[in-house]
Amino acid sequence: MNRFFGFLKKEFYHIFRDKRSMLILFGMPIVQIMLFGYVINTDLKDVKMAVLDHSKDEYTAEIINKITSSGYFQLTENLQHLDQADAVFRKGEVKLILVFEPDFGKNLIKNSNGNVQILTDASDPNTANLEVNYLQGILQNYNVEINEGRPVPSSVQVKSRMYFNSNLESVFMFIPGIMATILMLVSAMMTSISIAREKELGTMEILLVSPLNPLQIILGKVTPYLALSFINALVIIGMGYFVFGVPILGSFVLLMAESILFIFLALSIGIFISTVAKSQQVAMMLSMFVLMLPTIILSGFIFPIRNMPVPLQVISHIIPPKYFIIILKNIMLKGVGFEYVWKETLVLFGMTIGFIVLSLKKFKVRLQ
Amino acid sequence: MNKDVKVIRVKNLYKKFGDFTANDNLSFEVSKGEIFGFLGANGAGKTTAIKILCGLSYPSSGEISVAGFDVYKERELLKRNIGYMSQKFSLYEDLTVYENIRFYGGIYGMTKQEIDTKTNGLLDQLDLQHSRNKRISSLPLGWKQKLAFSVAIFHNPEIVFLDEPTGGVDPVTRRQFWDLIYEASRAGITIFVTTHYMDEAEYCDRVSIMVDGRVEALDTPTKLKEQFNALDMDQVFLSLARKAKNVE
Ligand SMILES: Nc1ncnc2c1ncn2[C@@H]1O[C@H](COP(=O)(O)OP(=O)(O)O)[C@@H](O)[C@H]1O
Ligand SMILES: [Mg+2]
Repeated sequence: MNRFFGFLKKEFYHIFRDKRSMLILFGMPIVQIMLFGYVINTDLKDVKMAVLDHSKDEYTAEIINKITSSGYFQLTENLQHLDQADAVFRKGEVKLILVFEPDFGKNLIKNSNGNVQILTDASDPNTANLEVNYLQGILQNYNVEINEGRPVPSSVQVKSRMYFNSNLESVFMFIPGIMATILMLVSAMMTSISIAREKELGTMEILLVSPLNPLQIILGKVTPYLALSFINALVIIGMGYFVFGVPILGSFVLLMAESILFIFLALSIGIFISTVAKSQQVAMMLSMFVLMLPTIILSGFIFPIRNMPVPLQVISHIIPPKYFIIILKNIMLKGVGFEYVWKETLVLFGMTIGFIVLSLKKFKVRLQ
Repeated sequence: MNKDVKVIRVKNLYKKFGDFTANDNLSFEVSKGEIFGFLGANGAGKTTAIKILCGLSYPSSGEISVAGFDVYKERELLKRNIGYMSQKFSLYEDLTVYENIRFYGGIYGMTKQEIDTKTNGLLDQLDLQHSRNKRISSLPLGWKQKLAFSVAIFHNPEIVFLDEPTGGVDPVTRRQFWDLIYEASRAGITIFVTTHYMDEAEYCDRVSIMVDGRVEALDTPTKLKEQFNALDMDQVFLSLARKAKNVE
């Protein structure tokens, strides 16, 4: 056991003393989340808006005025009927329709509740989501203003509805995508490079000549990355949740369990790559082209799989991150339990076993 | 040296890579405490043989025992009783002198106390106390090599295998390196060393000379010079090496 801890200590020295490793481990996840989180959500300016005002009273006028004077929104059309909404969105200019219920002002003051509906063109879901957030902010301020000095608070109730993408598929997709990418990067790429490095430098022979058995060596090499990957998973989910409001509707424990399974899979791929690669350079190239690019391009993280040409769709089925992303999406965004993700889980499990068996075979051949 | 106790026995060792025979019917024995020189040009098959003796790869055929243990069946025991310095430099550059010693001592199951006591003696002997907490990467090559040797025998093995330990090192440091080897030998450690510096062959108790995977000569340096009617080992080697085909 002491031997094992000595080994772990050495691995952590390697990692913490290498600037590149540190950058990948701690810089990369944060930068990626920030990039995706903020770049996707660009600032709003003069978003074209239509109003369907069933009430036409001083309150609705005041609210509309507040919204248009914010600079974020620009009123371009007054609608007469809800049926017009679809046509207006299809024209593509107007991104947002604000609907006031009949007798809005009366309800707001007498019943303390005025209802507003926000309809958005969610074919660009990220922007749609952002627009709703901005509008809600403005209405919130208005609530505070009208309630000053009043015993019973009134409030504007907002309901929003997304057109064309009612379940808002890809707004939060960047979190599962980044999870898959980072865990692949840390677990598979960094482990394979770190093992290849020992081979390249000749220290692997020294380890193999020592009383340590190959299994202990491999465990010693992968355990630090298992721990660091797990921390990374927590950081990514935590940042998504606290900074960008990405929900975790399903079980957190299940989410972490699936993440650990995926980390194991990535580690076994990393070990397999290192049995093939003799140098760090080769390990890095293999990881890049066999792991990272497919993870980013084919897993459905950035480009939806259903929009890909058929051959690529077929290839996407053998890409492990695809299944992990489906699992994450289901647990985090749809809130479903294990009964809905067991198939994908089984695929990941099978792949893990497969890579471990392949690596063992390779290793045996090498000793001959 | 104790000529009655054989710590390495090799009988009819063959190692084939496909059609190519890298070790062709090697047979020799090494006595306890002996400094055994394993000579040969590049590509002669020295590293291939050393890896088999260390349990890093299996022979194609042959009967081999090292430190009394069979290389096929008793690898685990064999590994505990040998030290190995590979032809590549093998300390971790990003770890300090002490961290390297601590790590290697640790994987051979030594306790921290043992390691610390022995480290102090070692650093005094090598005159490296001042570099105890410096990274290996900041040391000159000669010191690295001497340290690598000391680390290879740190757990007090019965035999140490040195694969071209003095490659690329200046003559003065090589001399110092051989002083360390003598000291280890006096302490009872058997030394199995490959080299292609012929002056170093003179320092060995016995040398074998490999050509194209075969041992072409094996005796003390004095007897070899007589046998080949040569002034120094260089001439012995040259008269044998003319026959070589697989020079890399
Ligand atoms: N794994 C291998 N596969 C095929 N050929 C090998 C392998 N290892 C060594 N050889 C060949 O065996 C010969 C002896 O190599 P080696 O033992 O490294 O020589 P030396 O250490 O004496 O310079 C060389 O021709 C080398 O190319
Ligand atoms: Mg060699």
